[in-house]
Amino acid sequence: MQYMLLIYGDEKLWADMPEAEAERTMRAYVEYSKALAASGILRGGSELASVATATTVRVRNAKVLTADGPFMETKEQLGGYYLIEVASLDEAIGWAAKIPSAAFGSIEIRPQTTNQALSQV
Amino acid sequence: MLARALDALHRRDGGRLLARLIREFLSFDIAEDGLHDAYARALQRWPTEGVPENPSAWIATVARRCVLDRLKRERRHAPLECAQVDALAAPEIAGSDEQPSPIPDERLRLIFMCCHPALAQPAQVALTLRSLCGLTTREIARAFVEPEPTTAQKLTRAKQKISQAGIAYELPHPDAFVARLASVLAVIYFLFNEGYVASTGSDLLRPNLCLEAIRFGRLVHELLPEQAETAGLLALMLFHESRREARIDADGALVVLEDQDRSRWDCALIAEATEILRGALSQRQPGPYQIQAAIAALHVRAPTSIETDWLQIYALYGALLRHLPTPVVELNAAVALAMSTSIEDGLTWIDRIEQSGALSDYHLLHAAKADLLRRSGRTENARANYLRARDLAKNRSERGYLERRLAELSQA
Repeated sequence: MQYMLLIYGDEKLWADMPEAEAERTMRAYVEYSKALAASGILRGGSELASVATATTVRVRNAKVLTADGPFMETKEQLGGYYLIEVASLDEAIGWAAKIPSAAFGSIEIRPQTTNQALSQV
Repeated sequence: MLARALDALHRRDGGRLLARLIREFLSFDIAEDGLHDAYARALQRWPTEGVPENPSAWIATVARRCVLDRLKRERRHAPLECAQVDALAAPEIAGSDEQPSPIPDERLRLIFMCCHPALAQPAQVALTLRSLCGLTTREIARAFVEPEPTTAQKLTRAKQKISQAGIAYELPHPDAFVARLASVLAVIYFLFNEGYVASTGSDLLRPNLCLEAIRFGRLVHELLPEQAETAGLLALMLFHESRREARIDADGALVVLEDQDRSRWDCALIAEATEILRGALSQRQPGPYQIQAAIAALHVRAPTSIETDWLQIYALYGALLRHLPTPVVELNAAVALAMSTSIEDGLTWIDRIEQSGALSDYHLLHAAKADLLRRSGRTENARANYLRARDLAKNRSERGYLERRLAELSQA
């Protein structure tokens, strides 16, 4: 089963982080990504640019409405994601708990459905 | 007739049968459907073929076959699940993981599995009671003091999340037992309560449920002896169990604590419960089960009902309210206030709870109110409340008690 691990955190926290600590965290991310890849369950993932770059699009009455900013203004922002394939939610929880940001942000786990309409790439 | 026998069989063995199917097929829905198919087949075939010698084993075998048939039928529609169905068709694969488990009891193990932290706690508890303990949705709704559709919806959502989010039925690592403990204890407590005051039906008690809950309580206490709340729950159940014999009269009507023949209480159970509670309290991890056990201890310790230490009981309900600020606990605190200090103040508090609407259909609120009004000599008011309580009570034994109170009021 494929699970999306959505990494939420306060961007300000990152911005204010002392250099040495930020570097340590990034190294932890590299290690973590390597571990995911080595175990053969990684299906994708990326860090996302700041939420300040977000654009939200809606189509209403056939008109494309574009808005500056994220879909929802929240204290913690979506900052990156991993897509992994494991057997159960418990395994996904195990991997989510090891994401470095889990220690100060939050990880949301979302299972993928078996509906293939979105995945015919 | 046959339907009644099947109902009894389901009450007795349904949880165990379902547990075995869930364990093998890793799905609540599939297991439940299979069990229902088997009951339906029994209703068809037993009238002509006769009831088998071991009905429970017959149901188990047929249910398993029904599940496999269903899976085969569904395979035609859902090719994706093919490998899964093939794996399931070979029972030795599904059942071969017989490693020694830290929890030797299969049903308790399933309870720990079912109390998965990815579900909201009330959903964990409701689903476990429904699936593994064989309580009906209506019984669970009454335990949660909520409308039945709310419980039904909670159960549906929980099952959906389990299948859509891929929650596996695996026993967690022993380190995670403690994280699931609160739900497991709640399951055991609700199971005991349903046995202690059956929410429907003719009998007040369903002693088998109480004994099963106590058995689970003992097992969890052995498994996690350092958890004071586990000991607290076990002590609480034992205190209640010690009074079982004295709680019903010859006609099957409820006898309230005040009127019970104290010589019929089980001294050995009281001594054991007292010892377990003492051990729990010495660990200095206070919690709601220990507080309730302490309240039960004060009740059984009093040589006569008028010697009950209501003041201390009132203080303990105050502590309990800080842990469990529910309307039901508040109602009990109000009664303790009435009994210890002032009936008027207690009644005022109960009126406030009633006006909040939370317990307006809860028969025990009206029974408590009636009881206090009777004590203060307001017969007419008392009668109206006893009537309301009697109309709301679903259990015949409780209704019998309320009828007697009404009759006594008419004679006075």
